[in-house]
Amino acid sequence: MNMLRSQNLRIVVTVGLLSGAFILYTGAVGMIAAFHEREVVKDVISLGQVLLMLAPFASGFIAANRIGDGGAEQAAILAGGFAVGFITAIPTIVLLLFNSAEYRFLLELTLRVLPFVAATYFAWPMYRDGKDMRFVIGSWLAIAVLIGIVTFSFALIFEIKGDLRSVLVNINRDWVDVVTFDNRRELMTGILTLTIISVAAGLAGSVFRIIPTIPRRALLYGFGVTLLVGAFGETVRLILQENLDRDTMRELFQRDTLRQQPALMLLIISTVVGFLWAKFGQQVRTGFTSMEPSQRRVMNGVGMLIFAGILLMLPWLIGRTLSDVAVTIGIFVLMGLGLNIAIGLAGLLDLGYVTNYAVGAYILAVLTSIGPLGRLDGVFTFWMVIPVALLAAMFAGFIFAVPVLRMRGDYLAIATLGFGEIIGKLAISDWLKPLIGGAQGVQAIPKPIFLGAELKNPEQLYYIVLVASLVTLFVSIRLNNSRTGRQWMAIREDEDVATAMGIDTARAKLLAFTLSAATGGVAGAIFAAKVGTVFPNSFTVFISINVLSLIIVGGIASNPGIVVGAVVLIGMPELLREFSDFRFLMYGALLVMMMINRPQGFIPSKLVTHEVRAAVKAKVAPAD
Amino acid sequence: MGLLEVSDIHTYYGNIHALKGVSFEVDSGEIIALIGSNGAGKTTTLRTISGLMEPREGQVIYDGEDISSARADTLVSKGISMVPEGRGVFAKLTVEENLDMGAYTRRDSGIKDDLKGMYGLFPRLQERRRQLAGTLSGGEQQMLAIARALMSQPRLLLLDEPSMGLAPVLVDGVFDTIQRIAGEGVTILLVEQNAHMALQIADRGYVLQSGEVAISDTAENLQQNETVQKTYLGID
Repeated sequence: MNMLRSQNLRIVVTVGLLSGAFILYTGAVGMIAAFHEREVVKDVISLGQVLLMLAPFASGFIAANRIGDGGAEQAAILAGGFAVGFITAIPTIVLLLFNSAEYRFLLELTLRVLPFVAATYFAWPMYRDGKDMRFVIGSWLAIAVLIGIVTFSFALIFEIKGDLRSVLVNINRDWVDVVTFDNRRELMTGILTLTIISVAAGLAGSVFRIIPTIPRRALLYGFGVTLLVGAFGETVRLILQENLDRDTMRELFQRDTLRQQPALMLLIISTVVGFLWAKFGQQVRTGFTSMEPSQRRVMNGVGMLIFAGILLMLPWLIGRTLSDVAVTIGIFVLMGLGLNIAIGLAGLLDLGYVTNYAVGAYILAVLTSIGPLGRLDGVFTFWMVIPVALLAAMFAGFIFAVPVLRMRGDYLAIATLGFGEIIGKLAISDWLKPLIGGAQGVQAIPKPIFLGAELKNPEQLYYIVLVASLVTLFVSIRLNNSRTGRQWMAIREDEDVATAMGIDTARAKLLAFTLSAATGGVAGAIFAAKVGTVFPNSFTVFISINVLSLIIVGGIASNPGIVVGAVVLIGMPELLREFSDFRFLMYGALLVMMMINRPQGFIPSKLVTHEVRAAVKAKVAPAD
Repeated sequence: MGLLEVSDIHTYYGNIHALKGVSFEVDSGEIIALIGSNGAGKTTTLRTISGLMEPREGQVIYDGEDISSARADTLVSKGISMVPEGRGVFAKLTVEENLDMGAYTRRDSGIKDDLKGMYGLFPRLQERRRQLAGTLSGGEQQMLAIARALMSQPRLLLLDEPSMGLAPVLVDGVFDTIQRIAGEGVTILLVEQNAHMALQIADRGYVLQSGEVAISDTAENLQQNETVQKTYLGID
């Protein structure tokens, strides 16, 4: 029993401090204050507050799960959630106290006492173990002085500047407003509110663990949907306003924010739907699988038709702004599918994919521009140049592949990274300035003209991207099951053995790089036509990293995964402007989380699923 | 004339002189064993014949043609197939996909029939044809590697340490299979540390010692040879 208790205590403290650190960190980088700008439900809750509650809630649930798995009673589980919520609030409260004028002496005291406490903490075991007294005192002094130098200089800064903002720029009034739930003037009330809310969220997390599965899923679904609709209020509003009249819209939304009544309705409806699905979903699924194969085919066909219909109608359903986002997503889907040939199929880690994108964009810009740099007077149209851009990108892919054919793994990655940089430098160079405009880039790129109509809106450009993506998708599905695809997979597995099978590995790798480059060129050309101008700044290493990340997050070597990855990684920052400042922070967090919890990606290819299952099985029950 | 003639080949790893003039001959339909201790140059000899390494001096003549500097992938369609050391199956492809890879150089219509033939020879592989090759046991992987090599319809099969890492029971099975394959008319060049097993099924054998052929004789005589018995068969 005692063992159990101390173990639970450790879980609670670890999880609680982690989520406390999370809140402190997101506050210190300004995320909480930025997210507070976005209201989820009018006058009820903001996204920043959701973040403040989500952390103790999730960690309360995690801690409750671990304690519960250890076989503790309900009371212990609830106590765990309660404690986690409380501990989560502590770091923020300490920082609040340090930051306030009234209690700043606490900070100064801490900074002055800390060196001696720390020195004693480290020196005590030496004294206890009976080390030479001179040695113990010497160590104590050395540690105190070392840490003291740091803390005393901090203390000096605060006395001069007066508050923490001189070090942590985002620990400012906005932050205090959010974490105290608008009680900046009554700091103690604010701290109390924060504590109560945090504890309540932690407790709710542990309650969540105790209640039965069906209501749990229903609640999860209900709150999840409401939260998403609220957070993406702007997007939802843009979609709805295409299809609803103005008065209805005004009842649902105030500007971009969900009003209270519709939010409550949404919560109730989605919870009920979630409940019904949790209760009867399994039956529906078994009903579907037990249907006659012919019936099932019909159902699948109907599903595909509806999906195709939505894809075709999308610009009308979502309006201009979101169509623009859809085009950007589509451009990245194109690049993702292309890069996947090199990375997913042939196992060639190419970090210079931006090269192909830049080549495609500049080819289209120079050949079609009607500005000063376009010396061809618009003789060439978009449609004539697309194949040129494709071939040029393939040629670039081929040229850059030749020198790296013999490299493998990390070395290949570094070399290709270098090529990406070379292209960036070439684009901005004075040497090529007469041709592609150096830092000013190429302007006045005309929009594509189709059957006499200028495709100038994103709604129209969307169809170009759609067709290009579908063609690429078709080609990569075919490649996946072809002799060529097989030869790449063989090389990915073992180059020497692939050679022993009679595969000309050099040729196969060249082909992989070249084909993979093709869609990058098309994506670049579409991008140039969409934006109308081409600057060197658009072609940084971050393009390559974005494309690589969306492949990994979506699921390597999985075509549907790549589409989902593009929607999540490219679409989300576009839709939620608050996110875009923290885009790379979130990318990093997302990638780390994916690697730990779901290394196979959102929608893994069948092969990888096999593999992960086999690995898990091997871990659970070691083979003979 | 022999199917394969290796005459006085010298192969280097950088500056290390690994093969110091190895010569031997393999006639059509024979099983030839190359035996020797670790580092004697057995695998290097196979890698040189199969084109993964190029000899600095000497010649490899296959079917009357000099293949000393031919690339490895071109030799497969000429009828030389290798089962690499450590099996080297494509772990993340299924068994059937592995077999398909073996027939990579072929474009005739007989591949399907050959696949059936392989499943006839190795019923275990048929049971597991949709399984990932990496999930097979060691013995099954060795069977798969051999079957895959046979899918290219070789005249000469190079086997590198087929018994490595296998339980003794499985080793017997593997050598039975090799004998059966030879019975179908495939010439076999076998590199083995397990000299005992190799000499039991071989027609002739060569003993390699620090990059040179030390002894060459029929398998029967080698089994009786005192030096071979002492050094490689563990008989005092």
